[in-house]
Amino acid sequence: MNSDAPSSSSGAAGSADPATPRRNSKRPKYSKFTQQELPACKPILTPRWVISSFMLVSIIFIPIGLASLFASKDVVEIVDRYDTECVPPGSRNDKVKYIQSSTNNNCTRRLMVKKDMDHPIYVYYQLDNFYQNHRRYVKSRSDPQLKDEKDENEISDCKPEDDINGKPIVPCGLIAWSMFNDTYSFSRTNQSLKINKKGISWKSDREHKFGKKVFPKNFQNSTFIGGAKLNSSIPLSEQEDLIVWMRTAALPTFRKLYGKIEVDLKKGDFIDVLLENNYNTYSFNGKKKLVLSTTSWLGGKNNFIGIAYLTVGGLCFLLAMAFTIIYLVKPRRLGDPSYLSWNMNPGGRLTS
Amino acid sequence: MNLDGETNLKLKHALNLTASLRDDDSFKHFKAVIKCEDPNEDLYSFVGTLSYHGQQSPLSLQQMLLRDSKLRNTEYVYGVVVFTGHDTKVMQNATDPPSKRSKIERRMDKIIYILFGVLILISSVGSVFFWLSTRNDIRNGELDRWYLRPDDTTVLFDPKRALLAAFLHFLTALMLYGYLIPISLYVSIELVKVLQSIFINKDQEMYYEETDKPAHARTSNLNEELGQIDTILSDKTGTLTCNSMEFVKCSIAGVSYGRGMTEVERARAMRKIYEHPEVGDSLTNLLKTSDAEVGSSKSIKGFNLSDERIMDGKWVREPNRDIIENFLRVLALCHTAIPDVNKESGKISYEAESPDEAAFVITARELGFEFYERTQTRLFLHELDPLNRRMVNRSYELLHVLEFSSARKRMSVIVKTEDNKLMLLSKGADSIIFGRLSDEGRGFEAETKEHISQYSEAGLRTLVVAYRELGEKEYKLWAHEFFNAKTSLAADRDEVLDATADKIERNLILLGATAVEDKLQKGVPECIDKLAKAGIKIWILTGDKMETAINIGYACGLLRQGMERIVISLDNPHIDAVEKQGDKEMLAKASGESIARQIQDGRSQLRSFKESPIDFGLIIDGKSLNFALSDGLEHSFLGLALSCVSVICCRSSPKQKALVTRLVKVGTGSTTLAIGDGANDVGMLQEADIGVGITGVEGMQAAMSSDFAIAQFCYLERLLLVHGHWCYRRIAMMICYFFYKNIAFGLTFLWFEAYASFSGQAAYNDWYMAFYNVFFTSLPVIALGVFDQDVSARLSLKYPLLYQEGVQNTLFSWSRILGWMFNGFISSVIIFYFTTNSITLQAFRSDGHVLDYEILGVTMYTCVVWVVNCQMAISINYFTWIQHFFIWGSIAFWYLFIIIYGYLPPTISTTAYKVLVEACAPSPFFWLVTLLVVVSALVPYFTYRAFQTRFHPMYHDIIQISRSEGREKMSPAELTEQGKDGSISITHIED
Repeated sequence: MNSDAPSSSSGAAGSADPATPRRNSKRPKYSKFTQQELPACKPILTPRWVISSFMLVSIIFIPIGLASLFASKDVVEIVDRYDTECVPPGSRNDKVKYIQSSTNNNCTRRLMVKKDMDHPIYVYYQLDNFYQNHRRYVKSRSDPQLKDEKDENEISDCKPEDDINGKPIVPCGLIAWSMFNDTYSFSRTNQSLKINKKGISWKSDREHKFGKKVFPKNFQNSTFIGGAKLNSSIPLSEQEDLIVWMRTAALPTFRKLYGKIEVDLKKGDFIDVLLENNYNTYSFNGKKKLVLSTTSWLGGKNNFIGIAYLTVGGLCFLLAMAFTIIYLVKPRRLGDPSYLSWNMNPGGRLTS
Repeated sequence: MNLDGETNLKLKHALNLTASLRDDDSFKHFKAVIKCEDPNEDLYSFVGTLSYHGQQSPLSLQQMLLRDSKLRNTEYVYGVVVFTGHDTKVMQNATDPPSKRSKIERRMDKIIYILFGVLILISSVGSVFFWLSTRNDIRNGELDRWYLRPDDTTVLFDPKRALLAAFLHFLTALMLYGYLIPISLYVSIELVKVLQSIFINKDQEMYYEETDKPAHARTSNLNEELGQIDTILSDKTGTLTCNSMEFVKCSIAGVSYGRGMTEVERARAMRKIYEHPEVGDSLTNLLKTSDAEVGSSKSIKGFNLSDERIMDGKWVREPNRDIIENFLRVLALCHTAIPDVNKESGKISYEAESPDEAAFVITARELGFEFYERTQTRLFLHELDPLNRRMVNRSYELLHVLEFSSARKRMSVIVKTEDNKLMLLSKGADSIIFGRLSDEGRGFEAETKEHISQYSEAGLRTLVVAYRELGEKEYKLWAHEFFNAKTSLAADRDEVLDATADKIERNLILLGATAVEDKLQKGVPECIDKLAKAGIKIWILTGDKMETAINIGYACGLLRQGMERIVISLDNPHIDAVEKQGDKEMLAKASGESIARQIQDGRSQLRSFKESPIDFGLIIDGKSLNFALSDGLEHSFLGLALSCVSVICCRSSPKQKALVTRLVKVGTGSTTLAIGDGANDVGMLQEADIGVGITGVEGMQAAMSSDFAIAQFCYLERLLLVHGHWCYRRIAMMICYFFYKNIAFGLTFLWFEAYASFSGQAAYNDWYMAFYNVFFTSLPVIALGVFDQDVSARLSLKYPLLYQEGVQNTLFSWSRILGWMFNGFISSVIIFYFTTNSITLQAFRSDGHVLDYEILGVTMYTCVVWVVNCQMAISINYFTWIQHFFIWGSIAFWYLFIIIYGYLPPTISTTAYKVLVEACAPSPFFWLVTLLVVVSALVPYFTYRAFQTRFHPMYHDIIQISRSEGREKMSPAELTEQGKDGSISITHIED
């Protein structure tokens, strides 16, 4: 009788001596990854962390806000709205009719320089309530056609400004067709100020999106003339007004670069602007403004970003202070759970 | 597919008629007819006959091999295929597995509906505005926005058909704002869940060395549900217990043998020590000695009898040695086990149908009746002859096996000894065998009954052993009748067989009783304690007797001393009296009334103790359960059961288990988990929200129909408290964050639209949009879903109360979801308005260039990518290099993408051509806006969290902070304390 005989009640269950190493063990291999024990930092919102994060934000934000505000303050900006003023008083009841019928739309405006303006002074036109981001409008162009003279028949996106009597329009589409065509010329004490219109567009646009061998064709030849006409002897890559216009604006109120004045303007100077008021914004009650602006290291005049930085920075400072006071006045340790109790009534719902 | 859930050997015999056909040649002219029943799903019966050479022979389960059976102890068999394909019993049994979805996913669907509603709402609002502006494009024949050529346009923008245009715009808008609906969420969640399951499968802590089985997540879509379990419904045998039976005691001829102490007894002893400390010492000693004993005699599996009176052949000196001899002979012969002789060592092991049976044969071997060979008709033993005390070889001719079935509750064999005596050897349940004893065979009935009740109180399974000698004549008569019954083709063959067997199993002579311990699995009491501390209710549903179940309840700590027990059963004199009258309707009525009254009593008892700290345990038996589950009573029963800390349903059938599970699931609406190991638990596993199968000895059936398979009950603790909690938290966070990031992005479209006269123009380049959910925001959120952990595994196990976050669904409550959505709304507003107000009108660079559509798109998109990724960074709790890599990598990849994309020719890159390099990067505004927007968009959430952790911290916040302050070294008892009425309150910690 072997009392130490190993006996197994069920051979099928595969019971084996655990001490012997198994060749095909299914034991999962140990690695920190599979056992989910990777070294990790576990950020916790301790008072110190909270206060120092808020402080850090305010320490960074307040100086940035101040710097932005100062930069914005340095910028001198002259804005002149002329859409109503440039319509003769008799026609102001029906400005649309005036703009559509009148041939002589010359108008003069006198601008006063309130502060010294160092060159370059950027000249913008600003339109209002003009939806350059309208889906129909944005899509109504043909990039291949602008780039390459061989693709001038690629006008499928351009309807209804795609062709005239079967001949393709170059540049086709609503954007080009509706190009802004007010013109400005400036003079200071009867001495004309030269406007530099070179380099007002993006370099990549000039070089890569608008072809050097693509010339305007059949442009504005239909009965319904939209906006500006183009000199058909100048290639598109040099038609910078067009290039600027074709870069559609993001929002319905926008400025576009018209040119640069390369001389300094002094405080008290009067600038006479002779402008041709051609462009029809009256149908849709859009405003037109002429803007002369210098720039700072940051850009144009905008107080929003400075104020936003200061507000957020200040808010964080206040929060930091508030938390500091809370922790100082009631120095309860956060880990102290005495405030919280989970009462599980028989229904098992949490009432806390 | 192992259908009946048992891996134990099934004995199969060829018919005597065909047993002579042993090689291929003999089948050359084999012609036979098989008549059998139609295909059906019953695994435990097969009715048919085989006619061969004019002779008929019955076919039964013994001759049938189910599909996918594996042969043991023989190389090959010859067989006839009776049913194939869908006619096989396996396929007949196949039911469509229930499709289970987690509560979180179902709630997620609701959120999607809501978002879809929002989408339709904002699309319609947009369409109304679009309608108004389009309609006005031609006023009194005048072109309003002439630059759009409204006089010569497509249907999409036609002022004359403005309503149609508005409808078409509505469709466009649905597509445009489609980012509100995170379609990629479903894909991401699937991916995350698969990865989570891999982590569950790979967990070393859930690998069971002994059977070489790791945990196995069989479905991946219920991971987070593991973190929300409110009620666990557990099987007992094989789940709480090992299902490895150990023969620990026996009662022979009215004398009880066996001094070992069972786990249950030990638990009871511990309770006694707890209650009466004065007797503690002696009992502790007793416990220690019994431990030592168990330790020393542990070498034989299935046998744990320690009694010097009968060990090592000493039983021959006992006064009743004849009875002992017969008793052991029954153990050695009355079974269907097969000996397996190890050729090298000559040692014998047994393969038996059930572990109890193996324990019996092993016990017989250890005490001197070694069963070593079985043939078709003979059994061979090495016997210890009590007269000359030597081992002799004896063989017994096996005439009949009257098999065990749950209806019969007994098993008998009829053998012919070498001296031509016919013996009927029986073992069976006490209730059956005691009724079949002959008058002269009841010599020590009273003592045996006493012992049996002691044994079952100690948590042991008992069987009564009896025998009888048969007269030659009587046997022949009976054998003929039995043969006829066997060969009949009638549908009620089984009943006839049972009735015939019943005729011979009478007038038995009692020998004694056996007691087999069903050992508790390792770590079960600790695990149950942990789960209870996590606020999970545990119900035991078992087929065992009430006493056994209660004892197991005590042993595993489910019932505690000082708990008030409410017992609902039909074992009362009134019912017995009605039963005797035999009127079934009356009985049913009386029983129903009795149960209703007992439930009412229980409830009033509960009510009267409401204010006192006493916990209640409810125990109900299967018969009562039938009535309690009926229409009228189920709600009051459920109400009673839910007010009790633990519930034990004993004597319950598989169907009742499933019904109870459904009752809890539907009645309370809470999440249920069923755990079981046997085929009888399958219904329960499929009915519950989550079925966990134990891959134990009872086969794979339960594991196959489960959602998660583990090897040991105690792994449930880790599966729920660690993986469940993590997965719940991860998925909840992930979904919330997903909604956040898609709302933050999607709504910027809407704000932009408001400034583009709702024409349906997207603010961004198509490719930015297409890649948003693919490259720039997807990986961090997947990393969140796979890796995030609020507290480590060790701490989740240490503070089980943390689990309540899932049960009460605090991380995926509506307020939290809406909070995250609101956060997304705020972020989108900040992103759009801060960006546009900062840079649109004036020159945004020092060289006078102004912003255009392309630059705004890039700037806003940059802000979106930064904001959503940084939001991720401040909302996760666990930063490994993976998180760092994904979060910062996503942001970096956006810049990389826009640079590379911008360098492609303008026909491909369109609006993105050189936009970053030429226009944005040199502009200080671009960088300042990014910084401003990112910080501003994060401040609201950060402030909220800071206030929350200060004034109303969540439980995981507390643990995290304790950990960081190094105070978690305290015991959980100091942090949490079990309060009154099961209410758990966290008491403060002394610093």
